[in-house]
Amino acid sequence: MGSLRRYVLRRLGLALLTLCGVVIVVFIITRILPGNPAAVRVGPYAKPELLAQIEKEMGLDKPLPVQFVNYVAKLARGDMGKSWRTGQPVQRDLGQRLPATLELALAATLIAIVVGLVLGILAALFHNSWFDQVVRIFTIFGASTALFWLALVFIFVFYYRLGWAASPLGRLTVGIEPPARITGMFVVDSLLTGNTVAFKDALHHLALPAFTLAFVVSAPITKIVRAGMLDQLNADYIRTAKTIGVPMGEILWRDALRNAMIPILTTIGIVFGYLMAGNVLVEMIFAWPGIGSYAWMALLNKDFEAIQGFVLLIAAMYVLLNLAIDLLYSVVDPRIRLG
Amino acid sequence: MVSETIAKPKGAQPSVRDSRAWRTWYILRSHPSMIVGIFLLAVILFVTVAGPSLVPYKPLKTDPENRLLPPSALHPMGTDAFGRDILSRVVHGARLDLFIAFSVVAIALGIGVAVGMFSGYYGGKVDDVVMRITDVILAFPSFILALAITAILGNSIPNVIIAIAIAYIPYFVRLTRGEVLSAKERDYTEAARCVGNPNWRIIYLHLLPNCLTPALVQATLCLGWAILDASGLAFLGLGIRPPTPEWGVLVSEGSRDIIGGQWWTSFFPGAVIVLTAFAFNLIGDSLRDVTSPTEAVQ
Repeated sequence: MGSLRRYVLRRLGLALLTLCGVVIVVFIITRILPGNPAAVRVGPYAKPELLAQIEKEMGLDKPLPVQFVNYVAKLARGDMGKSWRTGQPVQRDLGQRLPATLELALAATLIAIVVGLVLGILAALFHNSWFDQVVRIFTIFGASTALFWLALVFIFVFYYRLGWAASPLGRLTVGIEPPARITGMFVVDSLLTGNTVAFKDALHHLALPAFTLAFVVSAPITKIVRAGMLDQLNADYIRTAKTIGVPMGEILWRDALRNAMIPILTTIGIVFGYLMAGNVLVEMIFAWPGIGSYAWMALLNKDFEAIQGFVLLIAAMYVLLNLAIDLLYSVVDPRIRLG
Repeated sequence: MVSETIAKPKGAQPSVRDSRAWRTWYILRSHPSMIVGIFLLAVILFVTVAGPSLVPYKPLKTDPENRLLPPSALHPMGTDAFGRDILSRVVHGARLDLFIAFSVVAIALGIGVAVGMFSGYYGGKVDDVVMRITDVILAFPSFILALAITAILGNSIPNVIIAIAIAYIPYFVRLTRGEVLSAKERDYTEAARCVGNPNWRIIYLHLLPNCLTPALVQATLCLGWAILDASGLAFLGLGIRPPTPEWGVLVSEGSRDIIGGQWWTSFFPGAVIVLTAFAFNLIGDSLRDVTSPTEAVQ
């Protein structure tokens, strides 16, 4: 297992290097680029003394290298600074809101996996049929859809017109108590505590934003499932299995899908990372109290430490997720680390 | 490449069949989605160029008596909360959105291809550093990176363009570098070197034309992404601000009317965003099929 260990170490080293780069970039973006966070915060009519005091409070009066060292030292202690909008440490704000984002991202990923598998497999089975063409158009359309527009269309159709969806205002109807906090994900927590009222309501509120996101991200999953299944279905061993009379269902699920799994898993990982990061728009529209809407509020209020913390968290999650996928690969498929 | 695999029809003149136009037509004919994409794009470009002088209303002219009118013959896309004609605003916004998209891609393509060529050709330490930098930029989801940069730089059209372009550069660096890595080992590069071509000449005359295709395909796709990203930023209130008739701004302004049942104020501008991105993606997707048949799924 020497090569596996070497591969893992190398991959870990690269991820660590990327993380360091991420910290530097986040620092550069917020400190070196023109624009004075302190001036933005006190507003244009503040007295110079107040500005100086705020600058001192934020550590902006020191030279840049010192600021950077301080920043890294604080980060190392898990301190992302303080949001002046909420008055709380940024890491606490983000921690409180992360489960909401996670819940939405997981729900959307699950829906997208189901849609992607069904459409992708059917499109591969009926290769070049009209159904295949429709699926192809759907995948291109999904990649072209503006999330914010789709969210509005869904709200109009499913909430305003049909009345199927819950109001696009957060995770629960006003007046319904959130379930006792275990994971922070309302659907899971209410199920664990047997709170059926909260469970139904939470699921009802989750559905529309989750389907909005799933519509867009099921496109890449469908595409990769179709491509992988086409590859496998044309392979010799599948033809052999067919000839000796293995039932088609068994061939599909046990052989073809399993062998096509690696690129599919990667895509699912990428999609999940995108959903954790990319749903500022959807969270804002549905007033979903996750990290995306937190970032949006921070942007509106020029709350720089909060934005900084959000961007850093997202990038770190991205890097770690990619690392996890790569490592998972090398365990699943020994050919990869030999390459 | 495509035409070689297909039997030539009987009776046609060889000279016609081998011509460039015929080959182009042949490729187009077997990719109907590319024809649809080109047609859509042609319509959008026509409207962008000629539209502002064809629409009957001024994009900023308010008309309080005709607020929130549903689509009709007079106002095909209805009017907004200030009585402004949505169609006129959408048509006027086209120039801005397409200008942003093309500027973003021009910058990202130019810088990305140049860096990728040098990085791949010279290799070594420079290449390592460039790769680590692209790693770091790719660690940020492109929309979030563009969002953060715009938030810090401030709201202006050039800042939006710069922010999105920075997020897209690594894709072009990676693609071009990969191409150069294999092309520089090919015989034609070796031959060019043997007859005494200086490095810049090899890069510019021999490698560039042979390595540009994937980047150009990516550029087509990026045009669609750029429109989605720029309008998404504007929807959040970043970059382009009201009352500028930009598509994302229009959707954002119209989003308040949804709950009142006035769907048209946000639906039409958003549909145009999606349609434009769809056109670019249709073309880009088909181009990828045509240019890299080995990678493409049949």
